[in-house]
Amino acid sequence: MTEPGKSETRWQRKDLLGIRELSAEEVTFILDTADAFKEVGTREIKKVPALRGKTLVNFFVEPSTRTRTSFEIAAIRLSADVINISATSSSLTKGETLKDTAKILEANHADIIVLRHGSSGAPQFLAERLRSSIINAGDGAHEHPTQALLDLYTIRERKGAVAGLHVVIIGDILFSRVARSNIFGLLKLGARVTLVGPSTLVPREFEKLGVTVSYDIDEVLPTADVVNLLRIQHERQRKEYFPGVGEYIRLFGLTKDRAKLLKPDCLIMHPGPINRGVEIDSELADGAQSVILDQVTNGLAIRMAVLYLCGGIATP
Amino acid sequence: MTNNQNARTSPAPATLPVMDGEAINRALRRIAHEIIERNPELASVILAGIPSRGVEIARRIAGIIESLGKSPIETGVIDVSMHRDDVGKRAELPRVRASWLPLPLENKTVIIVDDVFFTGRTARAAMDAISSFGRPARIQLAALIDRGHRELPIRVDYVGKNLPTAAGERVRLRLENVDGEPDAVWLIKEENA
Repeated sequence: MTEPGKSETRWQRKDLLGIRELSAEEVTFILDTADAFKEVGTREIKKVPALRGKTLVNFFVEPSTRTRTSFEIAAIRLSADVINISATSSSLTKGETLKDTAKILEANHADIIVLRHGSSGAPQFLAERLRSSIINAGDGAHEHPTQALLDLYTIRERKGAVAGLHVVIIGDILFSRVARSNIFGLLKLGARVTLVGPSTLVPREFEKLGVTVSYDIDEVLPTADVVNLLRIQHERQRKEYFPGVGEYIRLFGLTKDRAKLLKPDCLIMHPGPINRGVEIDSELADGAQSVILDQVTNGLAIRMAVLYLCGGIATP
Repeated sequence: MTNNQNARTSPAPATLPVMDGEAINRALRRIAHEIIERNPELASVILAGIPSRGVEIARRIAGIIESLGKSPIETGVIDVSMHRDDVGKRAELPRVRASWLPLPLENKTVIIVDDVFFTGRTARAAMDAISSFGRPARIQLAALIDRGHRELPIRVDYVGKNLPTAAGERVRLRLENVDGEPDAVWLIKEENA
């Protein structure tokens, strides 16, 4: 109960909208907090009273199972009460605007709103208008901050640190909020990032962010410490962007042959859901280098940390 | 994010030295002796420090007990952040640390070790946190300083120094291994308190 030591950093945000606006210190703060929440998963009683009395609304206008479930379990383990709303069950289908729906949620005392939305910037729109904490669970092609945080956490856990690593992100970068959030986070923590994929999906313009763009996967793989394979988002694509599944596998798929180019300790990551046999060979996805299930487990710790931090501070 | 540099704009507060390194050491030795006296089965005792200075104090007490010819005593870390009762009432949150206790807790005596015992709310949260790891035979409480002003019906079992304080005063504790400053305790009297 003494005063805090000098230069002790503290969390002050009620919202998590993206990785871009966070400092490296804040990103690390969340990862460190997640360490503590991962420990809770090892206790006899895996539930803490941190958000007792708070109500969390999982508001998923776009379909999602894994992210919504992860947030729901995280909230339950923090003792928050959880309500799930999907696009089809909400009044959005009756023509109600996002703002009006959100105002209704707030009037019902939703303390935390976890929003998945097809439009970039939707979470920020709400954060500027509501007193509730807003957590971005993926907005359009903009950001998916908790996915990037769990990826960073998994890399740090396996490699000891993120700084100095070479991380290769492969696939559908143009449409990927996962890629964008990962790029911001990796660069903030000092990693070197290379993007690989068809030129239609990985435009050179990305180099302005401070990453390298390559169209030759075989040249990049031997120096990779981590490869992160992104899902080909059929639902978000028009045909002219995509070379066809067979050609994609031949040029950019992580096949068993191609995996021989990897360093033995190179991590293989995938945010899921996996198109087995397209982005990655099925055996590799279940192999020794794969940390895909670690990502899921760590996602729970990251989301507990984010909900605890954003949902636990006093709102104005 | 801010760096809390202890910067104060109010008039310079009066700082009274209360304990030096030698006095702190004597107080910890007394606590160690009391723990030995009251726990014939030292092997079933766990010292659970509250981060970060409580962890260091627990480590020192365990070291003293061992130096007195007793067998090594188990220690752990119990962070209370997730179990506090002021959720949503603070404008900023400090770092949460992972808790760790030697398991199982059944038939053990867990002694919570804190630096300054004040309202009792931290001790309550620590008891709640410990119970999520199991059900120890008993929980006790040790603190280097007891400054009074309890807000809950909780008492301390082992205390290094009773330090009567006014509500507006603060206790400043520094421990070499945690703060990088020599061991010392001060009482800080606010000018406007």
